[in-house]
Amino acid sequence: MKNVKKIFIYTFLSLAAIVSIFPFLWMLVSITNKSVDVTQGRLLPGTHLIENMKTLFTTIDIVPALINSTIIAVITTVLTLLLASLAGYGFEIHRSKGKDIVFNILLLSMMIPFAAIMIPLYRMFGSISDSAPLIGIDSLGAVILPTATTAFFIFFFRQNTKMFPRDLVEAGRIDGLSELGVFFRIYMPTMKTTYAAAAIISFMNSWNNYLWPLVILQSPEKRTIPLLISNLGSSYSPDYGVIMSAIVIATLPTALVFFLMQKHFVAGMMGSVKG
Amino acid sequence: MGQQSTKKGEIDLPVRLGYKETKRDKTGVYFKKKVGWLFIIISVIAITIFNFYPMIQAFLLSFQSGMGGNLEFTGLSNWQRLFGDPTFIAALTNTSIYLLIQVPLMIILALFFSVLLNDPNLKFRSFFRIAIFLPCVTSLVAYSVIFKYLFGIDGIINQFLLNFGFISETINFLADPVWAKVVIILAITWRWTGYNMIFYLAALQNVDKSIYEAARIDGANSIQQFFQITVPILKPIILFTSITSTIGTLQIFDEIVNITNGGPGNATISISQYIYNLSFEYTPDFGYASTVSYVIVILVVVLSIIQFRVAGEKK
Repeated sequence: MKNVKKIFIYTFLSLAAIVSIFPFLWMLVSITNKSVDVTQGRLLPGTHLIENMKTLFTTIDIVPALINSTIIAVITTVLTLLLASLAGYGFEIHRSKGKDIVFNILLLSMMIPFAAIMIPLYRMFGSISDSAPLIGIDSLGAVILPTATTAFFIFFFRQNTKMFPRDLVEAGRIDGLSELGVFFRIYMPTMKTTYAAAAIISFMNSWNNYLWPLVILQSPEKRTIPLLISNLGSSYSPDYGVIMSAIVIATLPTALVFFLMQKHFVAGMMGSVKG
Repeated sequence: MGQQSTKKGEIDLPVRLGYKETKRDKTGVYFKKKVGWLFIIISVIAITIFNFYPMIQAFLLSFQSGMGGNLEFTGLSNWQRLFGDPTFIAALTNTSIYLLIQVPLMIILALFFSVLLNDPNLKFRSFFRIAIFLPCVTSLVAYSVIFKYLFGIDGIINQFLLNFGFISETINFLADPVWAKVVIILAITWRWTGYNMIFYLAALQNVDKSIYEAARIDGANSIQQFFQITVPILKPIILFTSITSTIGTLQIFDEIVNITNGGPGNATISISQYIYNLSFEYTPDFGYASTVSYVIVILVVVLSIIQFRVAGEKK
């Protein structure tokens, strides 16, 4: 009886693992195959890798798209970490009734669907396009600004700050540090794990964001990676080997970031789940 | 906990001296009280400008009509238009189908995985964990394109089914109104189950193992343990994940656009895609698009309240 249960569990988990991994394997194999082989579902590596990469880097503008995506994701992540951790710290360490009310109101913004604010945001950025082209329509700044401050990350940092030893704040004050000094010199170095987890989530969100860049970016040279892939995927005569190569290159950074920081990620998540 | 307050009856020295802005913590070190607001002020302003203000704008827009920038107030006409608009009805129906089937399916699967993978005696535990979490690192657009090819008429799924004799001729999954919805539901489940599983796993790590031992001694089998210990303990997290998944699925856009582009006909179109089309694909009608977008707002609020109620009642 116990063995039957064990066999069932392992079969079930193995099937789930295969289903989860299969698209990745197929994608990795496909970058070495010709377009025809990919459509025919060839599951063995081929010899077309260099050819695919050549086409990708010469006929398709993947390099500018990678640069745009990197600029957006890095700036968004830095801003998110700084602003959200300042706020999370402020709400938890300098707690007061007034701030609790403000915090609860901010949390409500997590329930606002993006589709509902997309049009007003588009009009808002449109109205400043002439006076401030760096943050107007069709600018990377316009992609970054609305995504750099979110209630989710403030909540995330506040939850994790509950574990931060308050004595350290007092020790810092006794040593004559200013309130910001305590934050930058004591809080930030202590909370490395939390920052790492937030960085992973923020980077992935920004790197993979599709709808807002699709709305706000118009010229082809401003395109980000998801916009480029979406375009390739919907073309009439797709070269599947090349598209797969683009998808693999687009997935590599987030996969790498995740695997390098995996431990921090789970630890950070645990902190925010504890409550 | 955590409030900086002086002991009752103790006279605050700086107040006596006239420094109303300074306070001291329990160690007696003085600090400026209002400085706390400086930490949060940028975020408060940014969220107000980029979330709350557009929310109000969208509400006002929903009472206006016109092409592009030339809008004028037309009262409730947009709201009346909703009920006679077949594309909106299709988008609302499709989105509801995705929600009702996909969210419960995914949460049950994620719970199931997390309980199995929490067992320290399980071999290859971290391999299974990473494998099931792996889909989360893909971008919505990238995996959508892959699913589109997997389920294409000459795609791998069709060839697999043909070769193993499950079907006698290829199924045109993406051109069939029912199959296309199934593919979308499978795709979202593939992408997000591992993500939800991580929350449950993290929460299960905090559970005292002795509770399960006690239950085992009392003769509870694993199914009883699951429903009487695990589910009640995880309830706040289940509530959290079901609300975030509901909000996510109500807004589904990337997958629809990149797997089926709303087709065949409008068989898979979602509310978000319809809003996008109304604003940027068809002749732009920001007013009506905002009205449609408020339907999502109303659904999010109503469904969240229901989920909070359901979770609260069982306490």
